[in-house]
Amino acid sequence: MSSWLKSLIIGIVVIALLYVLNGMMSKGGFFGAGIDDYTARLLVFIAINIILATSLNLINGFTGQFSIGHAGFMAVGAYSSAYFTVNYGKQLESAFSFLGETGASSIILIIAIVIGAIVAAIAGAIVGIPSLRLKGDYLAIVTLGFAEIIRIVILNIDAVGGATGYQVPGYANFLWIGIFAVITIVVVHNIVKSDAGRALVSIREDELAAEAMGVNTTRYKVTSFVISSAFAGIAGVLFAHYNKFLSTNDFQFIKSFEIIIMIVLGGMGSMTGAVVGAIVVTLLPELLRQLPAIQVGASTFQFSDLRLVIFALILIFTMILRPQGIFGTAEIGNIYRRFRNKLGKPGGLE
Amino acid sequence: MDTFVQQLINGLTIGSIYALIALGYTMVYGILRLINFAHGDIYMVGAYAGYLLAIYLGFDANPSIFGFIVVLLGAMLVAALIGMAIERFAYRPVRKFSRMTTLITAIGMSLFIEYLFVFIFSGTPRSFPQLLQNDNYTIFGNATISTSQILIFAVSILLMVALQYIIFRTKIGKAMRAVSFNLNSAKLMGVNTDFVIAFTFALGSALAAAGGVLTAQYNPKIEPLMGIITGLKAFVAAVLGGIGNIPGAVLGGLLIGAAETLVVGYGSYIGIPSTYRDAVAFAILILVLLIRPAGLLGTNVQEKV
Amino acid sequence: MLTLENVSVNYDAIEALTDISLTVSQGEVVTLIGANGAGKTTTLRTITGLLEPRNGRITYEGKEISGMATHRLVPMGIAMSPEGRGVFANLSVRENLDMGAYIRKDKKGISDDMERAFTLFPRLKEREKQKAGTLSGGEQQMLAMGRAMMSRPRLLLLDEPSLGLAPLLVHTIFEAIDNIRSEGTTILLVEQNANAALHHSDRAYVLETGRIVMEGDSKQLAADPRVKEAYLGE
Repeated sequence: MSSWLKSLIIGIVVIALLYVLNGMMSKGGFFGAGIDDYTARLLVFIAINIILATSLNLINGFTGQFSIGHAGFMAVGAYSSAYFTVNYGKQLESAFSFLGETGASSIILIIAIVIGAIVAAIAGAIVGIPSLRLKGDYLAIVTLGFAEIIRIVILNIDAVGGATGYQVPGYANFLWIGIFAVITIVVVHNIVKSDAGRALVSIREDELAAEAMGVNTTRYKVTSFVISSAFAGIAGVLFAHYNKFLSTNDFQFIKSFEIIIMIVLGGMGSMTGAVVGAIVVTLLPELLRQLPAIQVGASTFQFSDLRLVIFALILIFTMILRPQGIFGTAEIGNIYRRFRNKLGKPGGLE
Repeated sequence: MDTFVQQLINGLTIGSIYALIALGYTMVYGILRLINFAHGDIYMVGAYAGYLLAIYLGFDANPSIFGFIVVLLGAMLVAALIGMAIERFAYRPVRKFSRMTTLITAIGMSLFIEYLFVFIFSGTPRSFPQLLQNDNYTIFGNATISTSQILIFAVSILLMVALQYIIFRTKIGKAMRAVSFNLNSAKLMGVNTDFVIAFTFALGSALAAAGGVLTAQYNPKIEPLMGIITGLKAFVAAVLGGIGNIPGAVLGGLLIGAAETLVVGYGSYIGIPSTYRDAVAFAILILVLLIRPAGLLGTNVQEKV
Repeated sequence: MLTLENVSVNYDAIEALTDISLTVSQGEVVTLIGANGAGKTTTLRTITGLLEPRNGRITYEGKEISGMATHRLVPMGIAMSPEGRGVFANLSVRENLDMGAYIRKDKKGISDDMERAFTLFPRLKEREKQKAGTLSGGEQQMLAMGRAMMSRPRLLLLDEPSLGLAPLLVHTIFEAIDNIRSEGTTILLVEQNANAALHHSDRAYVLETGRIVMEGDSKQLAADPRVKEAYLGE
């Protein structure tokens, strides 16, 4: 079977799966079968975090540039698209009403995503061009600084709610969020596998040597940074239009750290790692919430209160014991192939 | 509208606190090239340690200068021990790994301390007991300075002078400087580098804790996340002065404190609302890193190819 | 004075040194020669505790020192001038020398030894107050050696002292080595410049990809056709 056909079939299956899940999340369920709101929300956030983690991995994991301001670009995408939909959404709904309610919402969402992505990309260029001259720690701090400035500036813009928050129309649903998660994975995967991807990795490994071999390191770094920011913006748009409410508190640097934790736990430089990391980091606090309370003396300790403490400890221990994360730089494809080879079955080059 | 002098006094007060914390950042970066993200949280730990000591030793009911000194030194000691523990158990095992790994460990440690304190003390702020009578004195015409402000200046200057003495006139200070220049060569000179590193962490943590206790006298509200923004600004101060440079940390701290206060005080004249206060530090950070990454007093060490 | 017995050292999965055995007796100048990457620097770094051996034993003056922390070896009388010089760039020449005497407390002795270092390397005296980072390669090498001598070591380890230096400076460095040796310090010299090394040492070991392949009297090795072909360019 040709790989093109294989990809198509996988694509159809995935979209069908997303469609079914999305149906289950709606009021009537999917032919009766339903998913409760809590689980639905969890799945949505997993998808959004996959977008964030995969896009951050492009710049941190594959290009080796340590950016810890990703939440800033998410905020830019969220607020710019929200401003658009709040002020023009109703008009567009009437304009597209011939497509039906879901059709119109989808169109508006797509437009919002395009806007959010473009604005976030521009922000990425503004931040990236001057900052990417710096290395290591300095780059990390400057991206953090920019993200904080973005947040504080947004906080001061009353037209998008300021400190009280911003109400946003709910044009996003799980189907679209899931589709964009898949799109993100596919796009980043294609970049990584291409010649450009190898240039990025060469920059990560030894920037000086890459430059000496003719790689225009500045252009590659900035481009991957801008692409990465654009996807963060898309995640922001989807978040805004699902959550229906925006507050700058959602975009503090703790959010950037959260995304970093996702790719570090999963393994920077591994696509599978980013996805797995996103899933783990989204689910772990919720799983910890389920643990029973423990009694110590007169006080009862809920694990859920400790969950963030445990979360931080997991991060520290991962760094000490397995700094490369779960997957390191391996991908699920490699692991599968190696496993088949070990069993003596033909499975590809080794 | 406060006078310029008043603004300056207030600005230098908060600047002194930034300076105390910045010293810890700069020292640790100097010897380990590590940004100790958890350092700002030590400032918070110091405040809480002081708070607990004051209550446990009964100084909240009987305020006195003696009580204040005991609380201050006690908090500094506790913080020093915690700082050394953090280095020993979290940072030392990852020293041999990449810079990103150590940075992430530091981030994890910061989150751990913050969440632990939220868990133990809950997010609601506590009130640090008033250990000294707070009077206001009028100086320079119509500016006032309070006892706690004078205290901040006095203690800060004292601690900075002590630090200067330790680093430039003692054997351990010599060792600290050697380690900051070249770790392996320092080992070859007979320097016990593990000990020097632990000592540096202890010193930095003690200073941050002092900052915490002093701030709590000035503004009694303490809460577990108070170290985040203050710590970040203190870090900016260290970068502004030239990270790894000790007088630079002091200079940076005072400048950031002054800049922040002046922008809040006068910014409305040039269209910057006071709610942009926190952004001032970050704006300075970006300007410094883009224009002169070595900082005001730092020396640019060229990377040898 | 110094014995290595069957020492093996790894860099992660790569075995850098395999089964190295060598001895250095008091008063000797012993040299370790070999091509780039043969493991010469690794050997010195293992002796000084910067690397830990996977197998084998290192003994110094009767005591086992394998894997001992570097800073504890200095009071025992071992000093090293490391590869790449490792001078404290932001400190002056004088301060660097002073740092070399870190473990000592005798002010008079330290000051005497500093004068001795300046006599050994007059160029350093001229640049006494200059920051070490601004010195030329040769001057930094002199400084590194002088600094190592400041702890009054009984065993001096020199890691590629002539690396990257012009022939005239190489001559100066090796003259200094002779001087140091004549004052009674035992020297273990690691060198890529086999010619100079063999002419200024008593015994030699030849290291090839982590193993000792030849050993013996320096003069004899210098005359050995295999050595001549591989290392002396003849």
